[in-house]
Amino acid sequence: MASVIVVGAGIVGAAVARALAHEGHAVTVVERGASAGGTSASGEGNILVSDKALGPELDLALRSTELWRALEAELRAELPRDAPSIEFEPKGGVVVATTDDGARSLLAFAARQRTAGVVARELGPDEAHAAEPHLTDAVVAAVHYPGDAQVQPAIATEALLASARLAGARVLARAEVLAAAPGDGRIAGVVTSRGTLRADHVVVAAGPWSAAVAERLGSSLAVLPRRGVVLVTTRMPRTVRHKVYDADYVGAVESGAAGLQFSGVVESTASGTVLIGSSREQRGFDARLPTEVLRGLARRALALFPCLADAAVMRAYGGFRPYAPDHLPVIGEDARVPGLWFATGHEGAGIGLSLGPAELVADLLAGRPPSLDPAAFSPARAGLRTAERAA
Amino acid sequence: MTRVLVIGAGPAGLAAAVAARDRGAEVVLVDASDAEGGQFWRHLPAQRAGRRESRLHHGWSRFTALRERLRADPGCEILLETGVWAIEPGERPVVHVLRGPADGGSRSRRALTADAVVIATGAYDRTLPFPGWQLPGVYSGGAAQALAKGERVAVGRRVVVAGAGPFLLPVAASLSGVGAEVAGVFEASGSRALAAGWLPRPWELTRVPGKAAELAGYAVGQLRRRIPYRVGWGVIEALGAARVEAITVARLDDDWWPRPGTERTLEVDAVCVSHGFTPRLELALAAGCALGADRFVAVDAAQATSVPGVYAAGELTGIGGADAALSEGAIAGHCAAGGHPDDRAVRRAVSARRTASRFAARLERAHAVHSGWTSWLSDDTIVCRCEEVTAGMLREVRAATPDAGLRSLRLTTRAGLGPCQGRMCGRAVEEVLGTSEASMDRRPIALPVRVGELADRETDET
Repeated sequence: MASVIVVGAGIVGAAVARALAHEGHAVTVVERGASAGGTSASGEGNILVSDKALGPELDLALRSTELWRALEAELRAELPRDAPSIEFEPKGGVVVATTDDGARSLLAFAARQRTAGVVARELGPDEAHAAEPHLTDAVVAAVHYPGDAQVQPAIATEALLASARLAGARVLARAEVLAAAPGDGRIAGVVTSRGTLRADHVVVAAGPWSAAVAERLGSSLAVLPRRGVVLVTTRMPRTVRHKVYDADYVGAVESGAAGLQFSGVVESTASGTVLIGSSREQRGFDARLPTEVLRGLARRALALFPCLADAAVMRAYGGFRPYAPDHLPVIGEDARVPGLWFATGHEGAGIGLSLGPAELVADLLAGRPPSLDPAAFSPARAGLRTAERAA
Repeated sequence: MTRVLVIGAGPAGLAAAVAARDRGAEVVLVDASDAEGGQFWRHLPAQRAGRRESRLHHGWSRFTALRERLRADPGCEILLETGVWAIEPGERPVVHVLRGPADGGSRSRRALTADAVVIATGAYDRTLPFPGWQLPGVYSGGAAQALAKGERVAVGRRVVVAGAGPFLLPVAASLSGVGAEVAGVFEASGSRALAAGWLPRPWELTRVPGKAAELAGYAVGQLRRRIPYRVGWGVIEALGAARVEAITVARLDDDWWPRPGTERTLEVDAVCVSHGFTPRLELALAAGCALGADRFVAVDAAQATSVPGVYAAGELTGIGGADAALSEGAIAGHCAAGGHPDDRAVRRAVSARRTASRFAARLERAHAVHSGWTSWLSDDTIVCRCEEVTAGMLREVRAATPDAGLRSLRLTTRAGLGPCQGRMCGRAVEEVLGTSEASMDRRPIALPVRVGELADRETDET
């Protein structure tokens, strides 16, 4: 068994730490701040297949979703009885088109997904209203994805960490990675603000801050932050039953445009609040919340659910989602620095996609044939290298 | 012409507006309430004005002078029932407001632009939780005083006032003034803390004419009405089935741990609790203003914050009372309008601020909250009332997630995630959890805004 340092105590770091600790590796999670304090605590907690186009990310999402469905029972068996619930809710998603063009591309998109095994049921306007009684009358067509689910991301992160700790993992919080520990070309550990830690492998799961960590460890990584904002209403009687998106959501996720983009995403949480997303904008680590972003989110939400006009928004929060230029996660060992691994770049899908990469890293580190083809996520793939040269 | 926008029409905001007008700026004064005066000068509405306002209110003539001056001034636009829900700093800061009654259906959105903004949003009442504090009949000192001053209503027939700080005395006086029997005032700070705060430089007190008169007035009133005043005592429990029927008080040690065996039960039908104030920081933080180590907005001699064009005055920069707020407001308004703190026009305000800030430092020393208070919470005591999060839940989650920060702890326990967004419980939650991060104060949406209002187009004004 190997000794492994995981950099980052967000959901991906926690999932990787748990998977490796359960295999018997000696795991230390090194976190600059506190656990679940960054991207993992600033999103809706999406576990989605609906927004993934045919390809490797959809495969990863399907596998991750399977793992999520099993996780709740696993955690219940492992953790103390009074541990807070991770609020896993397999509520399903409904994607809504309000124009004829939108309907055509949505239905074609869903048809392609079905070839990969995604359950995607077409809904006419009446069926859509039966599924979501408060939905706008403007609906032309909709698709129901029973595979979409939701989880409370901060609780899920803490639960994964708690499970990892029970399996022997150690968490070192408030320790910033400063450099690689001196070695002979292979990674030998990390120098942190709280001392040097030696290990056989280092897995960088630092989300949008992964590029900076990679650089400190003698490598590089083309992962950048993209800002997303979510509005939270006060508690209200359950108005929204599924995760409901407008059909533009799919386009925004895959777009490389830097400008401000919106797509409506509305859902209720277990606590009774309604979450309204989402915006996407490349603006570095600028944490301000411009009112034009809030207005755009509100307009999109009303286009889906006009009845939300009187709902009171009490909070807005923004997070930085890590994205790679080709919008695919980066999972695997760095060919340039042996022993250095990445598990990041999941953009706005990191909660849902966290478990698949953890399994993949565990498989690859053990030399087992992985359940998914890792080539598309390789740190050495062409999509990443081109961008690095351009940068 | 320079345009200065003042947020908050309490003592600091009113003084800022007047000073900015004196310096020749055009002024817009906004306040969420339906009347000028803020918490300090909260009063009956004009149509049923009380004849005794001037006796109930310290500095009432000062207030009416400021108010009338601004009302009569065409260069000052006063926007009441106008809540600021967002602020965006920049070359010219933009202040986003909602106009109209908060519960009405027809609030309109406006974006106000100015050359400079003075933030004078004051402070929230601070009330430390104790078992039974959610019972009807338990009031914050501020709420009890607002009812007494604004509605002439006493919160109970036989009432106890408890907590820490000189605010207990005006609360007791207000209650007494509207006919309640005040069964006792219990100040948690012990005589040693009070002596450390008040005694080493007693001459400083005499240089605060307003404060000294104010305190002397309360003391005289107390003696006359025979209100028992105890120091080093706290309310550690409220008892009752459907509402408060009695309270338990106990002697506290220097760190505010209750001394075993000193508990006494008093029959009352209301208790008013105040443990000082916490600054209302959300707008200053949204504007990007830096805080000091004491978690108040950091300002320089001109009351300028770390953000160009943004000034702060009053309780936001340190709890100092109305005299401090008036002098800070005057300096902030003058400098926001292009003046300098060395100018003749603010010489008296600068000197008054110096005296008032020493007074504030001594208040802090004498009445600061000490950590032992968390020991009187039982596991089922609710700390966050919006989400009904108990002290026991907070302690359990803290123990189960040893590496979590405040953000994760909040999301896991839901403490501070309800409608008040931690305004009431924030500091208490942090102290029970043993964290001291400032993130509970960060609320970029400073007021609840309806989705429909957010989606509306704004009227822009320059």
